[in-house]
Amino acid sequence: MRRLLRRPEAGAFFAALLVYLFFAIAAWKANFVSLNGTAAWLDTSAELGIMALAIGLLMIAGEFDLSIGSVIGATSIILAIGTNHYGVNPWIMLAAVFAFGGLVGLINGLIVVRTGLPSFIVTLATNYGIVGAALGFSRLLTNTTSSSMLTTPGVDFLFASQWGQANIAILWWIGLTLAALGVLMRTPFGNWIYATGGNIVAARGAGVPTSLVKIVLFVTTALTATLVGAIQAVEFHSGNAANGQGYVFQAPIAAVIGGVLLGGGYGSPLGLFFGSVIYGVISVGIFYTGWNTDWLLLILGALLLAAVLANSYFRRLALTTH
Amino acid sequence: MAERAPLIELKNVSKGFAGIQALSDVSISVHPGSILCLLGDNGAGKSTLIKILSGFHPPSSGAIFVDGVQTRFSGPREARGLGVATVHQEVGTIPMMSVARNFFLGAEPTRGWGPFRRLDIAKAERIAVEQIRSFGITRVTHGDQLVGTLSGGERQVIAIARAMYFGARILILDEPTSALGVKEAAKVLTLVKAARARGIGIVFITHNARHAMLVGDHFVVLNQGAVSAAFNRGEKSREEVLNLMAGGRQTEQIEADLALFEQDGQGVL
Repeated sequence: MRRLLRRPEAGAFFAALLVYLFFAIAAWKANFVSLNGTAAWLDTSAELGIMALAIGLLMIAGEFDLSIGSVIGATSIILAIGTNHYGVNPWIMLAAVFAFGGLVGLINGLIVVRTGLPSFIVTLATNYGIVGAALGFSRLLTNTTSSSMLTTPGVDFLFASQWGQANIAILWWIGLTLAALGVLMRTPFGNWIYATGGNIVAARGAGVPTSLVKIVLFVTTALTATLVGAIQAVEFHSGNAANGQGYVFQAPIAAVIGGVLLGGGYGSPLGLFFGSVIYGVISVGIFYTGWNTDWLLLILGALLLAAVLANSYFRRLALTTH
Repeated sequence: MAERAPLIELKNVSKGFAGIQALSDVSISVHPGSILCLLGDNGAGKSTLIKILSGFHPPSSGAIFVDGVQTRFSGPREARGLGVATVHQEVGTIPMMSVARNFFLGAEPTRGWGPFRRLDIAKAERIAVEQIRSFGITRVTHGDQLVGTLSGGERQVIAIARAMYFGARILILDEPTSALGVKEAAKVLTLVKAARARGIGIVFITHNARHAMLVGDHFVVLNQGAVSAAFNRGEKSREEVLNLMAGGRQTEQIEADLALFEQDGQGVL
């Protein structure tokens, strides 16, 4: 039992359980605990969870990425304009946006690694730059900043299948969580991610290519933002250059609630998973209770604080001897 | 002692940075199974000497010999490849990672093939615990224990055990005991002796003359970038060594100042 409590996801798991039980009781009459209710919070958790996963890994390596919001928005508007205004095949446009995402990640990573500037500032700048460029170009090309998107059945299946209320994004989320779990726990690269964030001098001393680790993670994060942008564009059959800004802070919040240490070096994909569950359960649960949703931000703020306190307690526990 | 070629030898090495002479005409040699203590006050040139030994800086003049062969390290990697391992104070380990993951960082064992190649955690944990326990750190029983649960001395031992496991023949220990309490320092000093018994050549850098006298075979005192004294075990008393480190006259001056201070009645701190 004590061994389980020492795991980095322990705090997030118990918090998720508590939050879920709370809303299960508070919103029992509104059928929060039903197939539809469950699908509703899973949908919200999934799209955030995919993003939080990538941000979480980057944070474990000691870096931050605020440009994800702009990549999500730019992805959706590029897909929409490409397929709708220029009639390009959706698959080709998908290849184009993933290339674009990869390039953004590469630029973020190279700037951070080469200049040594804080990634918080660097990616804040790229976030504004890309949003501005996406708004400007879409206005220039189509005279609007949002547009509908054309898809094919294959694209629809991959990014927007639905079973009842449940979106395929849930499968993406679970699959990517398992992949991240495999990489972090069972590959040398995963070891390097922890080491890069835990003590970069010691990591370099041991021969870990810390710059490469960071660049790979910046690229992964931007590609993940592209995936979320594509899921949203296909799901709603529309793109908007201003989409995605909500994720800029929601993803790191879910990551911190999930037990990731803001300073890097600590955290786990399962913790990120439960952090996103908590966020989804609260934001959907509050609708089901019928309370005024104005309270949502207050609850989230209090939860963030509680999560940080709980996680620092669990971390101290992890540092006591067996 | 050893009549074989020294593991590593510096001959008349000098190093200047932008006109400032950090080292002048320093010669030292490290033999297998012996401990060379490098003593000196802050700013005496110890750090520069470490960086030359571990391949971070080339010397401005003079020569480095490894196993009797003149060598010019292209960088720290080449020095490591030749068996020169440097363990720095407090930067060797990562607290929020497990003992096994720390031990094998940068040289992780894997099993399987191609896309199924994965970290062999069981093997890493088994070897790490074996190695660390063989140096007397019995508090490590599980490889998945976080390094942050261990004391400063135990972390230092892990860093040293790790360097030895990966084939270090020459260990450069940079102030390994200076941040530690008495018991902790004893653990590290015991390990240093154990490493000597295994035939490792050790450069023990410290400004703690007591720790140096406890384990050292040979002693070199640096003062303002130059060797001010070189002697063997038992040739000098601790007071003599302390005086040499401080440059002799300065110590007498400090003693005189302290005596005056106490006469003023302000001696109780």
